[in-house]
Amino acid sequence: MRLYAIAVYLFLYAPIGIIILFSFNAGRHASDFRGFSVKWYGKALDNPFVMDALTTSLTVAFTTAVLASLMGTMAALALQRVQGRLRALYDGVIYIAIMIPGIVIGIATLIALVTAFNFLNPLLASAWPGGKPPRLNMGYASLIGAHTMFTMALVIVIVRTRIAGMDRTLIEASTDLYATPWRTFRQVTLPQIFPAILAGFLLSFTFSFDDFIIAFFVAGSESTLPIYVFSSIRRGVTPEINAIGTMVLGVSLSLLVAAQFLLRMKARQARAAG
Amino acid sequence: MSQPSDVEFVNVTKRFGDIVAVDHVSLSVERGAFFSFLGPSGCGKTTSLRMIAGFDQPTEGDVRLSGESVVGTPPYKRPVNMVFQHYALFPHLNVGDNIGYGLRQRTPQPPRAEIEKQVSETLELVRLSGYENRRIWELSGGQQQRVALARALINHPTVLLLDEPLAALDRKLRREMQIELQTLQREVGITFILVTHDQEEALSMSDTICIMHDGRIVQTGSPTQLYDEPINRYVADFVGKSNFFEGKVVEADGQGARIETPAGRTFAGRNPRDAASLQAGAAAVLAVRPEIIFVGSPGAGAPYDADVEAPAVIRNRIFLGEQTEYLVEAEGLGEVLVRAPKHAETQTGGFNPGDQVVIGWQAAAALALEDA
Repeated sequence: MRLYAIAVYLFLYAPIGIIILFSFNAGRHASDFRGFSVKWYGKALDNPFVMDALTTSLTVAFTTAVLASLMGTMAALALQRVQGRLRALYDGVIYIAIMIPGIVIGIATLIALVTAFNFLNPLLASAWPGGKPPRLNMGYASLIGAHTMFTMALVIVIVRTRIAGMDRTLIEASTDLYATPWRTFRQVTLPQIFPAILAGFLLSFTFSFDDFIIAFFVAGSESTLPIYVFSSIRRGVTPEINAIGTMVLGVSLSLLVAAQFLLRMKARQARAAG
Repeated sequence: MSQPSDVEFVNVTKRFGDIVAVDHVSLSVERGAFFSFLGPSGCGKTTSLRMIAGFDQPTEGDVRLSGESVVGTPPYKRPVNMVFQHYALFPHLNVGDNIGYGLRQRTPQPPRAEIEKQVSETLELVRLSGYENRRIWELSGGQQQRVALARALINHPTVLLLDEPLAALDRKLRREMQIELQTLQREVGITFILVTHDQEEALSMSDTICIMHDGRIVQTGSPTQLYDEPINRYVADFVGKSNFFEGKVVEADGQGARIETPAGRTFAGRNPRDAASLQAGAAAVLAVRPEIIFVGSPGAGAPYDADVEAPAVIRNRIFLGEQTEYLVEAEGLGEVLVRAPKHAETQTGGFNPGDQVVIGWQAAAALALEDA
């Protein structure tokens, strides 16, 4: 049994370990370790295409995380007031959004947007008062939109769990102590759910930053870091790719750990105070 | 006694769907009084409190604070503060910020130094000086309780509401806090309204107790009045301990009544003040407090002229320190609870299970009550 478990973990993590190991390879081939070096990290960070893709990825991930945590929190708060069948419906839709495979979201978003653009662009062109009419196209906006829709569902679930675990009498205590509903929200509700919002923010960021499938469909001419990695792999796996992979892994892991820490810490605090 | 009233209920009814939580309740709480709602859970006492705080609005009737109707006024506009059952302290704020919370909501906000000064004064009042920077979860239950009190008192509310404030504390601490609350109330002179299911708590602290049952007021009065003059069986049972002998009224004259038990014995009992007078033939109950019953050796003679005497056997002895309780099986009466004070125990030498004894009481001390 133990051997079996070791085999499973080896199978899961050995390739990742090899990527990390070979990112420090002094040689130029992925399968041939020639001593230790960090030169590929420097190479990767010097490559303008990599930096371009990284900038795109970071911008998209950050905007996605901001939008998703804002709208997700608002939705979670609003959903607290929805009861009965309607609530069950919303819950179902949210969970479906999380479970839909990325490829379906990617294709569906692509088709929907292309259809919409094909319909809107001629209209825009004919209605434009002069000069060159703007063209709606795939790019930043469609990337952010698709990622936000998906990650918002995550934020809703996380924040709602936190709201459900919150002591209702705290709100009553606040109103009893002369705080208006808005001030109660700012001074009691928000601080209570803030760690959950932050955790949602980090998860959204990580998801968007790592995502390849959805991005591949809706990025248009933009290239995110995962898309760049995928396209350069066709020219062979270099230690440079390994270095990029290792950096992405490092960023993602630390954000995920931070999110988990936030969620746990708050739960512990609530227990201690209860 | 004709102080202006701080809180008034005029025919207040509160329904939650089909459930009537509070049923046509009218009452008035005097300024500066320590008033308690006493009753079992579900009797409407907490709902009444929540209507004063503004968390619930009455379905019918009027709730008035200092003579003015507050129906529809949200909680944050009412000059009342509440101490919650589980304190509801803000876990993300420290002790000082919790206590200063109410002051910080004022417009214009008082200067920081002023808030700090008042917080430290209030902490002193609840004997927690220097605790400003403690986190809430570092405090013991009793300390959290005091912080909750301070957080309410700092605002100098017209009325302070206390929802089962001592329920979460252990017995010894509860006794201490009872005394402290009472002292505090005299010191600050604010009207306190307490909700509790613990009769001892209500009796020891309140000026006035309102006993509720199924959303209605059963009786309102001072602790002594409720203990000595309960208007029916429910009150006599809820406040203190009582022996009840069920039967039928054979004659009644407004001052008292004679009640015949199914076993064929007839007992006289006084009709308490405020109680509805009994009708001959109606079901009634004779209530006898355990401490007015004497217990003695057969042939030793009663300590006073007893109107009722019965031979009995000791079933159980419960030593309580300053007094001893006996559960006895009395002829024609069934199980009777008797309480013997220390000095009586010294005289008789005490009894053990199986001993033959005589019990008895004076008719004037027994109550003839409605069996409700």
